[in-house]
Amino acid sequence: MYKNIFSPESIAEAVEALQTGIPFAIWETFYVTVVATLLALVLGLPLGVLLVAGEKNGVLPLPAWLLSVLNTVINLLRSIPFLILMIMVFPLSRLLIGTTVGTTATIVPLVVAAFPFIARLVEGSLREVDPNIIEAAQSMGATPLQIICKVMIPESVPGLISNVTIALTTILGYSAMSGIIGGGGLGKIAIDYGYYRYKYLVMYIAVILLIILVQVFQSVGTKLSVKSDKRLKG
Amino acid sequence: MIEIKHLSKTFDTAAGQVAALQDVSLSINDGDIYGIIGMSGAGKSTLVRCINMLERPTEGQVIVNGQNLGTLTPAQLRAARRDITMIFQQFNLLMQRNCLQNVCFPMELAGVKKAEAQKRAIELLELVGLPDKAKAYPAQLSGGQQQRVAIARALATDPKVLLCDEATSALDPTTTHQILSLIKEINKKLGITVVIITHQMSVVKEICSHVAILDGGVVAESGLVSTVFSAPKSAAARRLVFPGAVDEKISDPLQEQRVRLVFRDSKITGVPLVARLASEHGIMANVISASTQAISEEVYGSMLLGIPKGQLTEAREFLSAFPNIQYEEVGEHV
Repeated sequence: MYKNIFSPESIAEAVEALQTGIPFAIWETFYVTVVATLLALVLGLPLGVLLVAGEKNGVLPLPAWLLSVLNTVINLLRSIPFLILMIMVFPLSRLLIGTTVGTTATIVPLVVAAFPFIARLVEGSLREVDPNIIEAAQSMGATPLQIICKVMIPESVPGLISNVTIALTTILGYSAMSGIIGGGGLGKIAIDYGYYRYKYLVMYIAVILLIILVQVFQSVGTKLSVKSDKRLKG
Repeated sequence: MIEIKHLSKTFDTAAGQVAALQDVSLSINDGDIYGIIGMSGAGKSTLVRCINMLERPTEGQVIVNGQNLGTLTPAQLRAARRDITMIFQQFNLLMQRNCLQNVCFPMELAGVKKAEAQKRAIELLELVGLPDKAKAYPAQLSGGQQQRVAIARALATDPKVLLCDEATSALDPTTTHQILSLIKEINKKLGITVVIITHQMSVVKEICSHVAILDGGVVAESGLVSTVFSAPKSAAARRLVFPGAVDEKISDPLQEQRVRLVFRDSKITGVPLVARLASEHGIMANVISASTQAISEEVYGSMLLGIPKGQLTEAREFLSAFPNIQYEEVGEHV
């Protein structure tokens, strides 16, 4: 299978791919991942906040039924395999973007898959805020909204940043899958060349580039998280 | 003025209902430094949380400056809380904000303009002795410094009442002393009523004017520190004033009756009591323990004697005749 992987022809092809398709694919992957993560954050952050603040002893208690509906929806969305979810949200993509194919259209399933994940990650980060600090804010006459915006979220920023980084790298992995439904990016290159045309060298290059992207996201995320944490400036 | 009237608090736990406080009534006058002392589990923290309604009482009322806190709307309660601020054992500073931002925080909540808030925060940091720490983060400060920042933060909204929940329990003795001096200074300078929750007798002795002893959710005794501690009546108070009461276990109870004398007045020490017992009455008293302690600027002493049982009546007559000595026979059961 890999016999001719470094043959002059495949090297020439790889060089061509690197000059033509790949630079744009890197950009597409980057764009889809970042935009999908940001949109998922817009939905997931408030949802995660509700999960913590809305508890019985939280700062903004919600009706128990509402909380269990939210939890069920999150678990439901998280149990659908992404490959199937991509197809299931076609009607939604058509409604929002007007089409189900293309790079931008893949953002829709990515957001649908990622926001429940992000909600859970946000929930985890917010739970780590010292309840005594929240009590202190209550003793100063803070409103529930002030506690959320000025205490819970700012105090968990380092944790939120590292969790968003996890989400970013996961979404990057998912975005590679979207080549199947006509999305662009490095995933599409890897599938097109490697799976459909047996051009393994290009596939490997695409995979290596994906690995590099993950490394870059992760190390930038870790640095930002550490840098933002004022508890470590001892 | 803080009036706590017939306050009870019951918690529902997995093991059933637990009564943390039962029919607690106290009144705390403006400008007092009022200590609430008790062992852990006595209900002190619950009581202090009822004063600002962080904990809703199951029964009873809390009236602060004529305002019944239990009947306020959430918005009114939040406004009332700016007048009743609190400091904590673990300081509870916002770890991601620097000291200046921490002190600004309650003003930010109250909608004070940023420039104005910062100006006041700088003044407050000066008041607590940390003018150079404005830009430092809590993690860079020692426990004592963090508590100073917490005090500055608590003073930011010009409160009438400062609640201290075990505020010195996480600090070493020297730092405890410094923080208590600061609280005393603030009490004198700004006229703020201070309520101190503690399990440390030394804290009450050092700064409190009044004290309530909480034992098993009930006020065992309350009043002026000097009154309560010079002649403790309740078992809980006696445990605090004569900790352990180990001295009462020393002499041979078959031959001697143990007698506790508490001196309410430092002048009485001019009378050589034990010597007079011996020379005038021929009673050979056995001195088991004797101590002197300073309680809020006054000096009190107590002494435990072993009196031969045959001469007990005579000794009782002699010792009870002094007006400033509290005479008490102590049994084995104590």
